[in-house]
Amino acid sequence: MIQFEHVFKRYPERGDALSDVSFELEAGEMVFLTGHSGAGKSTLLRLIGLLERPSRGQVIVNGRNLATLPRRKIPHHRRQVGMIFQDHRLLQDRSVFDNVALPLVVTGLGHKETGRRVRAALDQVGLLKRERALPVALSGGEQQRVGIARAVVARPPLVLADEPTGNLDPDLSREIFELFERFHHVGVTLMIATHDLGLIRSMRHRTFTLDEGRLVNDSGGW
Amino acid sequence: MALGSNSGRAKGRAKGSTKPRARRRRGPGIAELPGIWFNHHVQSAVATLGRLMHAPLPTLMTVAVIGVALALPAGLFVLTENLRQLVGSWDQAAAVSVFLRREVSDQEAGAVAQRLRDWPELARVQVIGAQEALGEFRDQAGFADALAQLTENPLPAVLAVSPLPAYSQPEPIADLEERLGELPEADFVRVDTQWLMRFQAILDLVQAAVLMLGGLLGMGVLLIVGNTIRLEILNRRDEIEIMELVGATAAFVRRPFLYAGGWYGLLGGLSAWFLVTVAVLALQGPVSRLASLYRSDFPLTGLGFLPLLAILAGSMFLGLVGSWIAVNRHLRGVEPD
Repeated sequence: MIQFEHVFKRYPERGDALSDVSFELEAGEMVFLTGHSGAGKSTLLRLIGLLERPSRGQVIVNGRNLATLPRRKIPHHRRQVGMIFQDHRLLQDRSVFDNVALPLVVTGLGHKETGRRVRAALDQVGLLKRERALPVALSGGEQQRVGIARAVVARPPLVLADEPTGNLDPDLSREIFELFERFHHVGVTLMIATHDLGLIRSMRHRTFTLDEGRLVNDSGGW
Repeated sequence: MALGSNSGRAKGRAKGSTKPRARRRRGPGIAELPGIWFNHHVQSAVATLGRLMHAPLPTLMTVAVIGVALALPAGLFVLTENLRQLVGSWDQAAAVSVFLRREVSDQEAGAVAQRLRDWPELARVQVIGAQEALGEFRDQAGFADALAQLTENPLPAVLAVSPLPAYSQPEPIADLEERLGELPEADFVRVDTQWLMRFQAILDLVQAAVLMLGGLLGMGVLLIVGNTIRLEILNRRDEIEIMELVGATAAFVRRPFLYAGGWYGLLGGLSAWFLVTVAVLALQGPVSRLASLYRSDFPLTGLGFLPLLAILAGSMFLGLVGSWIAVNRHLRGVEPD
């Protein structure tokens, strides 16, 4: 599903964010990405979502070499990748429903089908009753669940999460991770950047550890 | 990757969606794509208008600025068109009056006219005999009493000469004036439509200036719309970034801004038309009063249908181009991070 071959990412201001990262991820795997802040977790996820391109090396996602993907194809690539952020990145002036519907709206999906899928996604994260609410009316955990519903509503084969529980207390974090487990069980490939080591240990999934841009440990499957 | 495992449960609730900008088509089959594309455009245009109406004050301000900017050249255009019409209602070709010497009798005048009719450059030669002229003068001017006091007719016979249009231009007409003046019977010659031609030339000049002004103000409209759209893009930066994150194409992101520009232009054009029409209506009274003083019933005409269409199309075009420039300049800078 994801293949990194000697990937480097260098920023002119900060130097190497990733150096010589190689790994391979099978479809349906759930993997944690951990390391200190600034270790390159976000950069790695951004390369997969094509928010950035590598300075060197190959990134292949779903059989597609991102290095040769033309600019105009980027939207189609992003539709295959659901992205979840620490700060949720919701539109504050749109209802929960409209926020979750966004990935479907941009593909031009029909009205009825959009409604059906949005409600299915909201049901999965337990927010079906809040579809008319504005994000500000929701708690942090609820907002993150809206972000998750948005990431999965278009049923992408791959979901990336960047510190999804960074602002949440342990109970809420556990809920969120249980949600990810459910997606994992229905075959979604997940890559979750987090430094919540306690949760990672309790969940027993493959874990990548990054240190100053290098992949120093790949725990392999458990 | 069946994420929608609960979709069956939600199906029953799909009706009465709260989503305001939802499409009506169901599934995007290949054959339906053009329909979806078209629907999307219609829906996007309507949604954009809705968004503009949602913030009526800023929209009104922008539209009013465009309207005023366009009303100026449009109003001047209406003014010059009216003047042109006024002048055009008078004889288009130049008319030359040859005043004959007092001692030339009406009969001799007729003979001179006959001679002149052979001149190839003349379309028409009409004799106004001295008696006839006196009669006309008496009828028209109400000088009957004063004229009755005169023992003899003070008026000479006049030949009203109309040259062919080709000879009505300034140079041949000066030549003609000179040759007519050399006639032994002629006292003096007057070309009374020269000022008309000068006036026409002035009108041409003014209209050219109006065009230039229109061009300048059109540029102004371009900048106004461009700037408005630029601010809109900055305001909605987050939204644009998120749309790109979830896989919106550049065209999808661009579309509402382009439509907004088109709407600004169209509404601005309409308000320019409104301003000009109000001005014309307001001037109708004074103009007809003035016209009646000149024994004329000259009607002030407003913006015709075709010029209105041209203004609407032009302003919409300017709005589109203005937003196109802004979108191309500023959307490129918006990348998700």
